[in-house]
Amino acid sequence: MKQTADPMPEKGRDLNDYNFAYLDEQTKRMIRRAILKGLAIPGYQVPFASREMPMPYGWGTGGVQVSAATLTPEDTFKVIDQGADDTTNAVSIRKFFERTAGVATTEETARASVIQTRHRIPEQPLTEDQILVYQVPIPEPLRFLEPSEIETRKMHALEEYGLMHVKLYEDIARHGQIATAYAYPVKVEGRYVMDPSPIPKFDNPKMSGNAAIQLFGAGREQRIYALPPYTQVVSLDFQDYPFEASKADASCDLCGADSSYLDEVIMDDAGGRMFVCSDTDYCRARRDAGQSGSTATRENGS
Amino acid sequence: MDAAVLGGGFADAPVESARAFRAAMTAMARPGAISTITGVRPPAPVSVAAGGLLLTLCDPDTGVHLAGALDCLPVRDWITFHTGAPLVSAEDCDFAVGDWESLQPVARFRAGTAQYPDRSATLIVELPQIVATGVRLTGPGIRDSAALSLPEMAAFQANAARFPLGWDAYFCAGDRLAALPRSTKVGG
Repeated sequence: MKQTADPMPEKGRDLNDYNFAYLDEQTKRMIRRAILKGLAIPGYQVPFASREMPMPYGWGTGGVQVSAATLTPEDTFKVIDQGADDTTNAVSIRKFFERTAGVATTEETARASVIQTRHRIPEQPLTEDQILVYQVPIPEPLRFLEPSEIETRKMHALEEYGLMHVKLYEDIARHGQIATAYAYPVKVEGRYVMDPSPIPKFDNPKMSGNAAIQLFGAGREQRIYALPPYTQVVSLDFQDYPFEASKADASCDLCGADSSYLDEVIMDDAGGRMFVCSDTDYCRARRDAGQSGSTATRENGS
Repeated sequence: MDAAVLGGGFADAPVESARAFRAAMTAMARPGAISTITGVRPPAPVSVAAGGLLLTLCDPDTGVHLAGALDCLPVRDWITFHTGAPLVSAEDCDFAVGDWESLQPVARFRAGTAQYPDRSATLIVELPQIVATGVRLTGPGIRDSAALSLPEMAAFQANAARFPLGWDAYFCAGDRLAALPRSTKVGG
């Protein structure tokens, strides 16, 4: 029977109304089995029965389901959206697990045990005690070259990845260089070609030999894949056109970092612009430590 | 039905199975690393770690094969009551539980297909003890090399040679568990 007057406080009521971490236990078991097979076959896409989540596809439903199956009450959870902790998507997913799993949350990369990310890898190197959960829109790296799932399954089974090299070659023929700047395809342990999710190719080298467990969830496309720690991940390239982890040729105008991935921000209608770290936690930590970029210098000097 | 069958599960299943899964995931992600599972009391001769794995991963969607001494009424009833998993033959199972001898021959377990290598069995091997010495392990999940007390080498080398096909194994002793996925190179 439904009580009309609910004496429970807001947070307690949420925890009681939903199962721990929102999903029902049978769904979590199904996702957990997929994660384990994904870890056993690095880079291979494991099909799973993705559920409807209380957010639209494209908002990280795959990552949310992987996080829900992974979180324990002892975890400290961080969510970033293109490096930022304070965007709508990151804030709402963080709140979602605060309320349904009762986990602590943080914006500090070093304090988090589980980090869900959309399209970035944090600048600060991850540790063995951390888990990085990627939100993936299109898990199949060959999808835009071959629309049929039956065919791409065969191509992975036969290690038939020539088409991907043709695509990169066409980039060179047309643009003089490999123009793919994000979702840059990688080969895992010399076997499976994998979509790293739409992270900038600047982040690709961080995937290889990473101490953390990396899990990938694609909700709409119903695929989970994984990289165990210290897995070899190689960005595809050619001998005469080697892979290059590129970024904007500038330093952060807030913290002065010259080796972090930068976002370009348009400041006015007169062509004014500034570059800032895409990783907001990294940038803030540097500024807290007394580092500053050109903007701060100008302000201080005026 | 014996009342003991009804007991021995997780007291708070959603939270405790989440912790057990993290132990299982850490083990699978770091072959040779030893983690622990607590909170279940399965009937003998099932170890706490193996019982925890079964309750965390098995349900009516997964066929479980009981091998050797584990294939007894208390264990069958306990698994059926707590997970609802159908008990099936070795060739059809998703999870097989038993000591190493009774799981033989391991070539009969499903190794997946070229297009779906994930459609493969997971072996839960009961061992007298697990220690981080013995056979040298290398591969994904291992920085340089790891070591684990495996019951033998040849079967695991043959399994790894079929990658991406193959089964994956958990080793359980008491509340301790370690894992050996097919991706790990064994010996050498």
